[in-house]
Amino acid sequence: MAPLLELKDVSARYGQVSALHGVSLTVEDGEIVALLGANGAGKTTTLRAVSGTVRRSGDVVFGGKRLGRAGPEQTARAGIAHVPEGRGIFAELTVWDNLRMGAYMRRERPDFAMVLEYFPWLAARRNQQAGTLSGGEQQMLALARAFLQRPRLLMLDEPSLGLAPLVTREVFRVVGDLNRKEGLAVLVVEQNAAIALSAAGRAYVLETGNVAISGTSDELKADDAVRSAYLGY
Amino acid sequence: MQQFFQALMTGLADGSIYASLALALVLIYKATEVINFAQGEMAMFTTYIAYALLTHPHFGHTLSFWPAFFVTLVIAFVFGVGLQRVVIKPLEHASVLTVVMATIALLVILNGLAAWIWSPELKFFPSPFPTSTWVVGGVHISKQDTGVFGVTLACVAVLWLFFRFTKLGLAMRAGAVNPVAARLLGVRTSWLLALGWGFAAVLGAVSGMMSAPTNFLSPSMMQAVLIFAFAGAILGGLESPVGAVVGGLGLGVLLSMLGTYVHPVTPELRLPVALLILLVVLLIRPAGIFGRVVVRRV
Amino acid sequence: MRLRWGYLGFALLVVAVIVAPLVSTNYRTFQLAFVGIYLIALLGLNILTGFTGQISLGHGAFMGIGAYATTILVVDHGWNDLLTLPVAGIVAGLAGLAFGLPATRFAGPYLALATFAIPLSFIGVLKRFPHFTGGTLGKQLPSLHSQFGIDANPSVWIYWVSWIVALAMFLLAYALVRGRFGRALRSVRDSEIAATASGVSTSGIKCAAFGISAFFCGVAGGLFAIAVTYVNPDTFPIDLSILLLVGIVLGGAGSLSGMIFGALFVEFIRITWGPALLDLFSQVHHINTRAPGSSLVVYGVVLLLVLYAAPAGAAGLVRRLVTGRAAVAAWAKQDRTPADEQA
Repeated sequence: MAPLLELKDVSARYGQVSALHGVSLTVEDGEIVALLGANGAGKTTTLRAVSGTVRRSGDVVFGGKRLGRAGPEQTARAGIAHVPEGRGIFAELTVWDNLRMGAYMRRERPDFAMVLEYFPWLAARRNQQAGTLSGGEQQMLALARAFLQRPRLLMLDEPSLGLAPLVTREVFRVVGDLNRKEGLAVLVVEQNAAIALSAAGRAYVLETGNVAISGTSDELKADDAVRSAYLGY
Repeated sequence: MQQFFQALMTGLADGSIYASLALALVLIYKATEVINFAQGEMAMFTTYIAYALLTHPHFGHTLSFWPAFFVTLVIAFVFGVGLQRVVIKPLEHASVLTVVMATIALLVILNGLAAWIWSPELKFFPSPFPTSTWVVGGVHISKQDTGVFGVTLACVAVLWLFFRFTKLGLAMRAGAVNPVAARLLGVRTSWLLALGWGFAAVLGAVSGMMSAPTNFLSPSMMQAVLIFAFAGAILGGLESPVGAVVGGLGLGVLLSMLGTYVHPVTPELRLPVALLILLVVLLIRPAGIFGRVVVRRV
Repeated sequence: MRLRWGYLGFALLVVAVIVAPLVSTNYRTFQLAFVGIYLIALLGLNILTGFTGQISLGHGAFMGIGAYATTILVVDHGWNDLLTLPVAGIVAGLAGLAFGLPATRFAGPYLALATFAIPLSFIGVLKRFPHFTGGTLGKQLPSLHSQFGIDANPSVWIYWVSWIVALAMFLLAYALVRGRFGRALRSVRDSEIAATASGVSTSGIKCAAFGISAFFCGVAGGLFAIAVTYVNPDTFPIDLSILLLVGIVLGGAGSLSGMIFGALFVEFIRITWGPALLDLFSQVHHINTRAPGSSLVVYGVVLLLVLYAAPAGAAGLVRRLVTGRAAVAAWAKQDRTPADEQA
């Protein structure tokens, strides 16, 4: 079975500075994969390279098809939902308008009922300005919006950023639900290695633009190097 | 009493012309942080096109006012989209300052082109509204002023409905707030920018065609209006569409009242006075009346 | 190394200035006098736009203020015309400061739009106080003649006066943009946030730049009045302000020596090159290219072409030829990076 997403030797740069030097990784249908690493390792850049937010070289194959020079609009239409660093919600618009934007590309009427199953509290906040939601609520809103895109792959950039541990666990619980019940594959970038490894089945560790270590979550949790550098014990 | 209402109506009529152009400025500014200096000249140029439709036979007929008005709006839309695609888009990776200079170049070209094609002399532009008045409670209200106010505000309202209730309008609002996130949702932000220019051009055309009957048609007719529109937009807070409309209307009424009741303020001083009002308001409230102070992330 | 090129360039300029009237007709010399006048104005505007990064569409009005100051002093108060020049500069400079004090609180593009209001307001004020300014009819100055016992053709006389003042102002501009003040100007241009963080008062600098640039334009305006011997409200329309801005971009904003090209452009495009270009065009397309407005179209198209192809202007091209390095348009540097676009 071909993987859902495959990166073959992908490189990317910001101006003169090279951020990724030949990253290769895969995500299978229906699995959760974590992308770990320290600050500046290139985790966010990897997601941006996939979604086309930053120019890349190398191959990105999604659902068997090469994503050529596609920009963000095309990768979104191909079925990849990228929730960027900082959530990317439209702060000045209402919660409802944010959700409507999630369904922008879809021809059929958006299935708000299904969204509310996973995010019931949204119904009460429909008309609230999205920028006034708490960090955790904004993250949930971004997830709900991404879900409305009916993607095959969800890419999350540091969902735990700025959130309290309890809230982070809630976020990952919802991500897990979406993965199990909807079969949504997830590629999650995280600095919080512990929670990422408990949610994901496999993980890659990036260091200065390369894949340094890869394996199943159990393997990585047992690995001494990973434990001391990223898990803190 | 009569004087008051007359001044009020004239102020509202002038103000609605400023409001329409101010809204055009804000539309483009919100989406791109660029002030389109050519907005006034685009409005002037499309008004000349309306003039051509009204006075020269095309396909054997000249048009009467309202058909010409609507045809011009369509032409203005296409014109705005075209200008964005051809002139502005190539500079999309350049700095804001470069793009502003390009809009200044557009200003110059359109001004020169209008004088070249139609000659710079003042021309008469017909008004669709009668010059008579209604008598309400013993006060005469000018039909011309009411008409201008009504038409301009109707156009603004239609645009508001578009932005509020259509999918495309929502996408444009989203694209203005966070273009990166919008693109990740499949929004082709580049084309929406062009649409924004198209709508701004339409607003400008309305402004021009409503202004031309009283201010006569000439290549420089919209230069002062641009300043008033800008002042109105800033007063309202440059990022706020509502502010632009309220600011434009408010400025029109204020100037009209000053001109009527404060005698040293003669017509030649309208513009310096507007500039003065603007400077004073900004000293007190730098973000404008409806604006929020934007904290920039470094 | 750069300094040596600078001295060499300046020396070449001085030589050119000395030689030119000897090989030109009186009419051409008169035109070259205006090149000197525009050079003064452009040097000033460049300090504001090229070095401090603020676009102004209103500096033609400061020339107008200087011109009217000179005219009123000469005609109504019998001053010697040359002595009025510093006063013209100072009056215009004060007007620039008066505008700058409140206006520099606006950010870049808003400030530019506010400056658009200056020439329009100026014309209104001129017409409102005819007793002082001569209203729409304007004022007539005494005819141009050489002074101090020198017997020279008036064109040659004004040429020398303009160019001596221009070269002096060039040195003044050079002194201003070197050293701390110049660095402060450029820091405001390149990054207002970083400048503020370094303790530079950005609105103070912008205000000073406004005042100084207005001073230069005022002196230029005074000379203009003396040369043309007549001023009225239409002498300094918005077109002139725009033409000055085009001259800056063309010459190379941020480069003082580039302003020579800018000044040559401003003078000759109006009378000579513009119409010649249009005549060429009309031979192909049979349109009336002498019509009013045609020259404006030429300036605008030229400006667009320069913005697309050579944003660093003529100075940038020369620098590329001489040093082999492409010049970044310093005044338009701020690039938008992906990081800037996050919510």
